[in-house]
Amino acid sequence: MNTTIAMLLIQDGLTSGTIYALIALGLLIVFTITRIILVPQGQFVTFSALTYGTLQYGTMPLTAVLVAGLAVIAADLDVAGAPADRRWLTARDAAWRQLAWPAVLLVVTFFANPAALGIFGQILFTIAVVVPLGPLMYRLVFAPMADANILPLLIVAVAVDVAMGGLGLLLFGSDGVRTAPLLAMSIPLGAIRIHGAVLLVLGTGAAAMLGLFLFFGRTLQGKALRATAYNALGARLVGIRVRRAGQIAFLLAAALGAVSGILVSSIMTVYFDSGFIIGLKGFIAAIIGGLASYPLAVGGALVIGMIEALSAFYNSAFQDVIVLSALVPILVIRSLLSRDLADEEPAE
Amino acid sequence: MRSRPNDPPHPLGRRTCRVRHRPFCVPSFWLTLLDLAGISALIGLGLVLLTGVAGLTSFGQAAFSGIAAYTSAYLTLFSGFSPLAALPFCLLAVALAALLLGAVTLRLSGHYLPISTIAWAAAIFFLFAQLQVLGGQTGLAGIPPVSIGGFKFISASNCFILIWACVLTAIVTQQFLLGSRTGRAIHTLRGGALLAESFGIPVFRTRLTAFVYAALLAGLAGWLYVEFIRFLNPTPFDITAGIKDLFVVMIGGAAYPWGAVAGAAILSALPDLLQAVTGGQNENYNLIAYGVIIVLLLQRSRIGLVGALAARFPAFQGPDVKVPPSAAALPARPVPRPGEVLLKAEAVEKWFGGLCAVRDMSFEVGAGEIVGLIGPNGAGKSTMFNLITGADRPGSGRITLCGADVTGAKPGAAIRLGVSRSFQHVKLLRGLSVLENVMIGAHLRGRRGVVSGLFRRDRAEESSMAAEAERHLRRAGLGNVMHRPAGSLALGPQRLVEVTRALCADPVLLLLDEPAAGLRHAEKQELAQLLHNLRDEGMPVLLVEHDMDFVMNLVDRLVVMDAGAKLTEGVPDAVQADQRVLDVYLGGVA
Amino acid sequence: MSARLEITGLKAGYGQIPVVLGVDLQIAAGEIVTVIGPNGAGKTTLLNAIMGVLPAAGGIALAGKPLAGLAVEERVAAGLSLVSERRELFGQMSVEDNLTLGGWLHRGTKTAGTAIADIFALFPRLKERRAQAAKTLSGGERQMLAIGRALMAWPRVLLLDEPSLGLAPRIVAEMLGTVATLRAQGVAVLLIEQNARAALRIADRGYVMELGQIALSGSADELAKDDRIARLYLGQKQPGQSAAPPVIA
Repeated sequence: MNTTIAMLLIQDGLTSGTIYALIALGLLIVFTITRIILVPQGQFVTFSALTYGTLQYGTMPLTAVLVAGLAVIAADLDVAGAPADRRWLTARDAAWRQLAWPAVLLVVTFFANPAALGIFGQILFTIAVVVPLGPLMYRLVFAPMADANILPLLIVAVAVDVAMGGLGLLLFGSDGVRTAPLLAMSIPLGAIRIHGAVLLVLGTGAAAMLGLFLFFGRTLQGKALRATAYNALGARLVGIRVRRAGQIAFLLAAALGAVSGILVSSIMTVYFDSGFIIGLKGFIAAIIGGLASYPLAVGGALVIGMIEALSAFYNSAFQDVIVLSALVPILVIRSLLSRDLADEEPAE
Repeated sequence: MRSRPNDPPHPLGRRTCRVRHRPFCVPSFWLTLLDLAGISALIGLGLVLLTGVAGLTSFGQAAFSGIAAYTSAYLTLFSGFSPLAALPFCLLAVALAALLLGAVTLRLSGHYLPISTIAWAAAIFFLFAQLQVLGGQTGLAGIPPVSIGGFKFISASNCFILIWACVLTAIVTQQFLLGSRTGRAIHTLRGGALLAESFGIPVFRTRLTAFVYAALLAGLAGWLYVEFIRFLNPTPFDITAGIKDLFVVMIGGAAYPWGAVAGAAILSALPDLLQAVTGGQNENYNLIAYGVIIVLLLQRSRIGLVGALAARFPAFQGPDVKVPPSAAALPARPVPRPGEVLLKAEAVEKWFGGLCAVRDMSFEVGAGEIVGLIGPNGAGKSTMFNLITGADRPGSGRITLCGADVTGAKPGAAIRLGVSRSFQHVKLLRGLSVLENVMIGAHLRGRRGVVSGLFRRDRAEESSMAAEAERHLRRAGLGNVMHRPAGSLALGPQRLVEVTRALCADPVLLLLDEPAAGLRHAEKQELAQLLHNLRDEGMPVLLVEHDMDFVMNLVDRLVVMDAGAKLTEGVPDAVQADQRVLDVYLGGVA
Repeated sequence: MSARLEITGLKAGYGQIPVVLGVDLQIAAGEIVTVIGPNGAGKTTLLNAIMGVLPAAGGIALAGKPLAGLAVEERVAAGLSLVSERRELFGQMSVEDNLTLGGWLHRGTKTAGTAIADIFALFPRLKERRAQAAKTLSGGERQMLAIGRALMAWPRVLLLDEPSLGLAPRIVAEMLGTVATLRAQGVAVLLIEQNARAALRIADRGYVMELGQIALSGSADELAKDDRIARLYLGQKQPGQSAAPPVIA
């Protein structure tokens, strides 16, 4: 192991680590605000990568059809749930709010030409079509059981992850995608060259983190979300709509997933079932942060990235085993640190 | 065990169709499906106990199946073991893995535990996939079938007998276990650590017992699987399998053994049902269907199909615990002597950060008296109570129970000295009968463990405990609700059941936390009558209470707290007439 | 005098346990009404039910508008504000952030900016600590912050749940004095207090609650002189009990 190799390993480690960090951030945002463990976060990444990849390969992906289908169900539920005298108004409202955007996406899907969109257009379309999946998932799956305990929510989250795996296979088939690097350049640093892909990942990651930091720290909307995370009842008592906070949390998570997906597809081949292991590693990073601390989660993600790079170097087929097994002592430490002397909540 | 409408049709019912070499006329395809369903049901049974009863969600049962499967494959292929001889080793391997993983992870609280199961389950799966000696991704083939004498269990119909014999045996022994002392301890886990510890039930050890038991069932299922399929690769033991195992139980109903069977049958049939509907080969529709079904189920109700049936038809619950007419009495403690001091608090203090919740509290409770601890909101009564029962540790001072220093000891210490309690928010196990709930109070008066429970070697002790519980229930006037589920009683009787449970521990001091809260007038009178009777027999009682009418007519002595310190103590008349007490309750003039 | 807040036949409880068994009360604009009573009477449950934190049966009307079926956030939007027993502050956020979030419903309007200045004028101590995290404040300051945050929503009716809990008498006096000045701004105040004497000093009218129902009501002056309150608080001895243990049917 000399300096050159070390620097290459660090480069690899930081790159994947940053992706895991973005995923972990999405998980943290959702968990702190809604107490939901967003196991399907990895699926947002997969759907985004596969959508973008499909565009790059010259076909329009059918993701918008899924979005439209879910939006129709959501709108139906809204209308069905409204009191009878408001049904027409609600229907009109729902049609506009829920269905307008998916309609636009469908139009683009069926009438646009992937090549004509250009790379920038493809990226925009991918984000535009994956991000709505977040609030829709919240509306259809989690909002109806918002008052449940963490465990049923966890089981449901796992169920959604499984279902989305199936949907992914249906929409994208079993082939993998690998997209062209977005920045075809490389900068020399010492003995190695840093590729554009790496710079882009690190840069986007840093920008996303900065953006979130500013959003939660400086804007009123961001503070309202933080307040909901700290004390949901207190938030309601000042008039913050907790359900809306949940939707925004899922929107942010889906956005982070969408961005990560586009980045990931340029550094590795993504298949319909890649989401699970990517999401799992981001999840481990979030756990290192105790599902509460953002800096720790980011740090943990970078460590996981480094472990991966090192085990790939030493040709260890056991890298996944190591990372996953390491989670157990981390959980124990975390649990001890957040130990309460008072009674645990009964399961009933 | 009564059959339920949702059970798969029992092929043995087709006895009329006996052909010599094919005992069942059911086509082989359905038998294979039923065999796989049976294996899945075994794992589900373990989860019913682990998740449904003990409340510990595990996504890792498939990994334990894998450990057993690979152990069996390795021993039979490379070490010349016969499959039957390999079985004990498989179970041993699984038990060791479960003990190790359980020792590390079962102290995790809340959602950390299920997350940890996902982690090690995935780790174990990747291990199988990577170890070349186990065949890696390609797997191992040509595994020999189980043979007894010369008879080989190869065909689907032969394996059907083997597999379902195991399933039925497991259901029976599991029901035995859940009806035993260990079983009640496992039930208690859902009531929270405080409840369990307050009656001397070791939380960690009980969790570990449930965990290893579920793992062993999963191991048996894994052995059966590899002996049936006779080909092995890691795929059936991946994290998706672990998830599906949990789905089986969620669909059927997590707390019901027949739910495991129903869920397994439904989930096994699902791919073919879907194929019939969609007419295609689409594996992904399964995944989508599983996911959507679980989501819809958990959104609507949390109790699954069999649970919904059981709620409609209460007869579906297990048989009542029989109380034999003559049963040996349990060992009992001597009654407190008059004048004996049972509880002594000396200069107890407790700070929470910068706030002093309890300051220099000293008082005593002696034999044959009822003492009430009262004071306005925020006076520190509940904190003081927690310090006495061991739910919290004092910063300084001493607390003595029955002569032993218990300052800072855990709740288990109090119950061992003979001090039992009730709770401010009723902690009864709604799914168990009133009688079984009260029997939990006698946990420390019994000794039988998990093996006795499984094989029903504990009948004598169980009879004694049931008789004792019945005696206390009749005394409290609850004799004719003994066999009803505890959750079906109104709050008043529930509080009485809690007091009865505390009495079943044969205490020398009774601690009651707001026993009258939420009770109607008549119920309060019944409670007061019961407590007076106990006092007359020499039992001392300390209670924290807000209800002044109730307290003034019940207690012999009052200790009044204000702002964490003792304001005064004395007989009710004196306290009522004390101007300082009036000031404290009505508020100082600011 | 039209009622700002009108409660009729309110029933509420926890799960199967009924706690509030049918309560009627009214508060007019600019009035301070207190509900006192012994612990366990159901006073906190009453406030939580009015606010919508707990499900309830019966009529709740704010300036004539029925609130039944509305979520907590919607009742806040209608002009109802609760300072709960546990304050429910955002401990990790600064005093200023807590207050700003109190004005969430009026964000972006002109009044948002001046509102905080008004609160600081009302509670100078909060101004000194504006950048500090809420959890570092003393008990009295936290209480003031909770009241200030509730006022930021410009409520028409303010519900206060045991504001004196855990506070030294001097602070209680200061805080209740500030509450009394809200009268002048036309806010209707419903004050739940265990400290009956202090509450009756600043209130116009009072209700005494016992075992889930209103036992007494009248002007604050009348109630302050009423002996029956002491008996409600300290219980009443009754003639002897029956000897035989009852059987539950």
